[in-house]
Amino acid sequence: MSTPQPHPGAPARTREQVADLHFMDARYKLLDLAAFLDRLDRAAGGEDHRVRGLRAALPLLLEKDEGRVARILTLWSDPSVAPIEKADTKAASGVWPGLK
Amino acid sequence: MRYIEPHGHMVSRTTDDYQAMALAGCAAICEPAFWAGFDRKSADGFYDYFCQLTQHEPKRAAKYGLPHYSWLCINPKESEDMALAADVLALVPEFLKAPTVLGIGEIGLNKNTRNEMKVLEQHIALAVQYDQMILVHTPHLEDKRKGTRLIMDCLKANGVVKPERVIIDHVEEHTIHEVLDQGFWAGITLYPESKATPVRAIDMIESVSAQRVWLNSACDWGHSDPLSVPKAAQEMRRRGHSAAAIDRLVYGNPVKFLSQSPRFKDPAAQA
Repeated sequence: MSTPQPHPGAPARTREQVADLHFMDARYKLLDLAAFLDRLDRAAGGEDHRVRGLRAALPLLLEKDEGRVARILTLWSDPSVAPIEKADTKAASGVWPGLK
Repeated sequence: MRYIEPHGHMVSRTTDDYQAMALAGCAAICEPAFWAGFDRKSADGFYDYFCQLTQHEPKRAAKYGLPHYSWLCINPKESEDMALAADVLALVPEFLKAPTVLGIGEIGLNKNTRNEMKVLEQHIALAVQYDQMILVHTPHLEDKRKGTRLIMDCLKANGVVKPERVIIDHVEEHTIHEVLDQGFWAGITLYPESKATPVRAIDMIESVSAQRVWLNSACDWGHSDPLSVPKAAQEMRRRGHSAAAIDRLVYGNPVKFLSQSPRFKDPAAQA
């Protein structure tokens, strides 16, 4: 576990206090994710790019350094820099389709 | 507790929401023009929408004691049609004369297309021509990082726009630092789920110098919560932030940014 590095804008708090506030929330979300992966296993067909992106992000959760959310969002982001000619849809899917 | 809702799409909400917001401590609401969930077919539809934003909605909000302000534009989701965009942009100057209009917004990008970029440049030019502040919509999900960078490049390329008069909204953990580092204001948009939640927003607030950040609900016709800002304030209280720090974030910061328009009146100064 990394050494605590509280942000200057955050009141000092212990890890136990953080767990008291947010553990149950994180617990049910993790169980929801496990249930989602089980549901996928029971379904037919191939895996689409969104689920592929989700699986690719899971190892980032176990990294030791802070900044996991930003790293996951960056992983799922379109890495190109130029505007595209035309869009096929108005909606975004949540994961860049080109992610391998 | 007092707060400003600086980005709420109230035309999509019921009067019950106005009531709930007023009871929760809301002191003023700002409403940027946005996509209606379907593409409007002509500039006439936008004319009516701008009338709604500048004439009808302020009256509806006033029934709950809430000042209502607006921002005008054609939303990037409808910017692919360049002819329609030109017709709508031609309407905007007339409505900028309305006493509750604060600037041009929410402009930006949706899918980061060439046409969206051209219309964004036209909106920025219009804001410069009429000396208006700018409220920026950044794309969602996988398009956000690229779109945010394209938008900031576009704003800087104009050469005249002052970053401190621009708020770049819908920032998340992978964009907030770049936005603030380049001198812009950053808006964190709160959702019940799917994007930044009140809990994640306060994590972000604790990781940056929050002097140029506001929180907003962006409540609209989709799955959203008009009380997201007070819920984020509650999260700050749970974590031990002081009442002064909360007030600075949810009231002081939006008042500071919005007061760059002479039309915005600090509700506390009016009391």
